[in-house]
Amino acid sequence: MLSELWRYLRGKRWLRRIKNYTDGLNTRHRDNIGGSLWLAPSLLGVATFYIVPFFVIVYYSVISGPINPRFVFFDNFSRLFQNDAFRTAASNTLTFSIVAVPLAVVLSLLIALMLEARIPLKSYFRTFFLSPLMVPVASVVLIWQVLFHPNGAVNELIELFGASGIDWMQSEHSQFVVVILFLWKNLGFNMILFMAALSNIPRELLETADVEGAGPFSKFFNIKIRYLSPTLLFVTILSLINSFKVFREVYLLTGDYPYGNLYMLQHFMNNIFRALDYQRLAAAAVVMTIAMVIIILTLFIAENRFGRDVEE
Amino acid sequence: MRRRYFGRTGLFVLSLVFAVGFLLPTVLTISNSFMTQSEINANYGMIFESTRPGVGTYVSDSVNLKFIPDKVSADQYFTVLFRSPEYLYKFWNSVILVLPIVILQVGIASFAAYSFTRYRGKWKNFLFFFYIVLMLMPYQVTIVPNYLVAEWTGLLGSRWAVIFPGAFAPFSVFLLTKFMRRIPSVLIEAAKLDGANEWQIFTGVCIPQCRSALYSIAILVFIDYWNMVELPMILLDNVESQPLSVYLATINAGEAGVAFAIAVIYMIPPLLLFLHGEEALVEGITHSGSVKG
Repeated sequence: MLSELWRYLRGKRWLRRIKNYTDGLNTRHRDNIGGSLWLAPSLLGVATFYIVPFFVIVYYSVISGPINPRFVFFDNFSRLFQNDAFRTAASNTLTFSIVAVPLAVVLSLLIALMLEARIPLKSYFRTFFLSPLMVPVASVVLIWQVLFHPNGAVNELIELFGASGIDWMQSEHSQFVVVILFLWKNLGFNMILFMAALSNIPRELLETADVEGAGPFSKFFNIKIRYLSPTLLFVTILSLINSFKVFREVYLLTGDYPYGNLYMLQHFMNNIFRALDYQRLAAAAVVMTIAMVIIILTLFIAENRFGRDVEE
Repeated sequence: MRRRYFGRTGLFVLSLVFAVGFLLPTVLTISNSFMTQSEINANYGMIFESTRPGVGTYVSDSVNLKFIPDKVSADQYFTVLFRSPEYLYKFWNSVILVLPIVILQVGIASFAAYSFTRYRGKWKNFLFFFYIVLMLMPYQVTIVPNYLVAEWTGLLGSRWAVIFPGAFAPFSVFLLTKFMRRIPSVLIEAAKLDGANEWQIFTGVCIPQCRSALYSIAILVFIDYWNMVELPMILLDNVESQPLSVYLATINAGEAGVAFAIAVIYMIPPLLLFLHGEEALVEGITHSGSVKG
């Protein structure tokens, strides 16, 4: 009796359709739960240490203070923007980025192009250029101090040519010293990215250009640069973000109290950490987050557009 | 043909010049670490004195950069390793901060990357995007949330305040996902047909396929955190538990002699990793070269 009913029901198309549908739901559902389980440890940690506190920071940034919190909307932000230290730090950081980022991009591209040519000992050169990546900045900072001391090696070299020495760390030139250290540290990473991109350019294209008598410059500007543009963009953004982290180099070179034009955003943050001014801290963090999100979104949009350009 | 030849020689010379510039700081640090205490003081005492006035009068008033020490000695190393334990202690601080971060971050990331590889959808794509944004945030931004959590949980000042944020940092997730998505889906389908469950696919297919990726990610994470300054500076308020990377910056005149030796000892672990895993490192960097999944 039951088996007959079963056979009857199995023959019905509508029932099969429902069963298929729920089966589909089931597996999808199970997959989703499984997927979430795999992600859970990471997501929980990220939520605890980054996301949830960030919302608290947003809250802190619009209230008057921890005791008797009052909603003050943009007061903390306008206070922040009127703060001289913040403005100095922001403009110093930006100035540094404007100088260092183009240099980091162009020089690493040049090195990558250089290593693309068939020169002897090529793989050794790559190792040499990459080595600063592995050497902790803290370790080589002493040498930087030796080189750029008022009585140091660089000044001796300058004086050899008749010019007068420069007090590197205590003058407008201090940013130059940090730029050099920044480039030394970061060029290797960028170089690898460019080398990978260069090796992805179709060989036939370059060979055709060779046959047609194109010189190295026209080959570079007409062919390579088009294939490099996504990487170019990525390296630019990456260098920009790295340039915001330059506090590390500055701190290791000069300690807590650098020359004025080396006062970076992180110095500013350190000071408000010490003062435990949560409202200002929160406002600064929110402002920087917004700035970073804008930069990163630009990266995404631009990469989408340029990436498509090459694929066509 | 002739022109080409000269062009290549020119490039070679140019590379050589660049290479010397790149290697110079490292080589100088190493060679100077073999100087005697008095030679260091004579040559470089000035630097340490000018930053902290009134310390010692035994130094000369000029700074002499020397490539080769007058007398090669391992004295400084002897001092660092055997006579003054505080440096080794700081070194140990670095180790017990960085190793847990590397292990936890790569471990947690391998689960998350598996999730991002096997289960896709609108939600997952959004989350992955979010991870990338978080990954690209500089310390100035992320350190504030980290600090607040450390304060709420009472971890502030303990090394877990640094380890936890490091363990959950999204960099490994991003990079490992990119590697895992390149595993041929045939392999996973085949394992499925053989009746493997998700855990077996994970441990039997994905992890073995990603072995070199895991290595290169571990190296990248290691050098990043071995170099860290900002996090321990703010989250570890007592000097006792600071890692060597922060401590090296605060070395004063009395320690000038051993400074180079400490600096060299500090660069040994990453350099060894580099010499052993350069190819893996290059591969890791190459794959971080695009933010697309």
